[in-house]
Amino acid sequence: MNKQPFEATIRYQSDQVIIDLHGEIDAFAETGLTEAYMEAESHNPETIALNFSDVVYINSTGIALIVSLLAQCQKSKRPLVVFGLSDHYLEIFKITRLADFMTIYEDEASALVG
Amino acid sequence: MIAKLSNYWSRMWTKAESEPETPEVAVPLKHSTHAEVLPLDIPPNDPILAYFLGSPGVVEVDKLNLDSPTLRALQDANVMLTLPLVSQGELIGLLNLGPRLSEQEYSSDDRRLLNNLATQASPALRVAQLARQQLAEAQERERLEHELRLGRVIQETLLPHELPSLDGWQIAAHWQPAREVSGDFYDFIQFPDGRLGVLIADVTDKGVPAALVMATTRTLLRAVAERLVQPSEVLERVNNLLVPDIPANMFVTCLYLVLDPESGTLCFANAGHNLPYLQTAEGVVELRATGMPLGLMPEMTYEEVEAKLQSGENILLSSDGLVEAHNASREMYGFERLENMLARQSGCTSITFLMADLADFTGPDHEQEDDITLVVLERNPVYPEESPNVGDVWYTLAEFSIPSEPGNERQAAQQVADTVKELNLSQTGLDKLKTAVAEATMNAMEHGNQYQADIPVLIQVLRNEAALAVRITDQGGGQSIPEAQMPDLDAKLSGEQSPRGWGLFLIKNMVDEMNITSDEEHHTIELIVRLKGDENE
Repeated sequence: MNKQPFEATIRYQSDQVIIDLHGEIDAFAETGLTEAYMEAESHNPETIALNFSDVVYINSTGIALIVSLLAQCQKSKRPLVVFGLSDHYLEIFKITRLADFMTIYEDEASALVG
Repeated sequence: MIAKLSNYWSRMWTKAESEPETPEVAVPLKHSTHAEVLPLDIPPNDPILAYFLGSPGVVEVDKLNLDSPTLRALQDANVMLTLPLVSQGELIGLLNLGPRLSEQEYSSDDRRLLNNLATQASPALRVAQLARQQLAEAQERERLEHELRLGRVIQETLLPHELPSLDGWQIAAHWQPAREVSGDFYDFIQFPDGRLGVLIADVTDKGVPAALVMATTRTLLRAVAERLVQPSEVLERVNNLLVPDIPANMFVTCLYLVLDPESGTLCFANAGHNLPYLQTAEGVVELRATGMPLGLMPEMTYEEVEAKLQSGENILLSSDGLVEAHNASREMYGFERLENMLARQSGCTSITFLMADLADFTGPDHEQEDDITLVVLERNPVYPEESPNVGDVWYTLAEFSIPSEPGNERQAAQQVADTVKELNLSQTGLDKLKTAVAEATMNAMEHGNQYQADIPVLIQVLRNEAALAVRITDQGGGQSIPEAQMPDLDAKLSGEQSPRGWGLFLIKNMVDEMNITSDEEHHTIELIVRLKGDENE
């Protein structure tokens, strides 16, 4: 199986920063995800949105990275928005209760409408 | 005078250091005032060479009295003064001057000027010569490297483009040349009646000579194997064809086997190649058949041996690049280590382990000594058709192992998913199973095997009438695995708990049942997914 390395790119939408996540969110994604989050936060947006539509794999280490990211959002009182999760990972977000601490939308269009 | 000097600036290149013979000198043409030069070789035994090296400074050609062909050539070319350019005890050039245009004699000032010039010109000329030589060598190296890269591409086209696909069999191959091109090769020949011919061969030596002989041998073997049936006859015929054409001191070791995938029977002959290893439930055995390497002597005969692979058994063919690899202490990898590895690893996945083990053995910065080729034919375990007495008996669908390296859990999950394809799980069920397998494999690699690549995680996929089981075993027994608990997300978010620790919790939520067993050496996590009802939906 070909490894699909993690990559994060950042977009700005008025008062929102969207972090587009690509590939696999596992231990190898730590640096990329942290850097993307810090970059996003440096623009002091009202909300930060994570786009999971191009994510092919999340493991328990990836969940831990998202927990850390959520903790930082809470610290700076910034709502975290999430969209593009597959059914499988949406269920994992529910089982882990991550879904209780973030607003989850199906896709980008609905996330923008809010 | 300076203006005229340039007219007579002659050059001399010493040849490559390996041929220190004749330096080449150019001289002005008789009575010429132009920079027209004629090359002149100074034979190594010419006494003028010793004279130039022993008497630095301007030499008046007419005053020399030596029996020297070079001196005569200089005089014939009307050279009046010659200024040897010497660098590090080596004559690297001559600066030759004809008569002055004013027809006056050269003055002592002229000579002093020339001597000063020689002091500066010699090192400069030497540097220029070396730079030019290096450039030429670099261009030559680049040309050779380019040709070798092309050679590699061409050679790869001579190897099978894809592995044969046989029902009930798994086939794996690995080809790793020591240099750009290789003397090793393997090949598969698919016969219309369903049988499969498998060739592995190793030409003596490596690099370009071996690659050229490889191309010829491969063509001959293929052509003959398509016409003749018996492996012994194929090797006999190819040997007779190779003997007259193969360069002296070269030969080819080769093993040719024909497999009947239906019955698992294989028939093979061996021309001096490494013996194949048959892996059975009882252990590893060598299959022996005698025969001389191809290309040494005509009219050789080859013993033919039959063997049978039962379900779950496999055969490994290899070239000697693996067992004859050395580590930094000049110890050889050897057959014993290979056999020990095969006792721990079986089937197609053994290739990954053997190559990882070889890398461990040779250490970093190892330069591969010889080409390495490995081919494995593995007969899948048979899952008996549903029978009324199946009951609770578990049947193995697949068994494989994964090296403990970060990221390999995805491969494990995919292999399990491929294995259970025939069970038609729902997409949701399959996704959950993959996550559970990936997490359990990751735990086994990280906590059980401490991410040591040569310690495998063993994965068994089994089923009975009602359920699917995946058993994931590491080799880190003797320590307990903590019970999965609902992680406290609030505590994690407030920083009171580490954000990690989701693995076992996830596994438990992805499958119907999770069982952990441990002994002194192993941990096994068993994942159960029920096949009837909606539990896995």
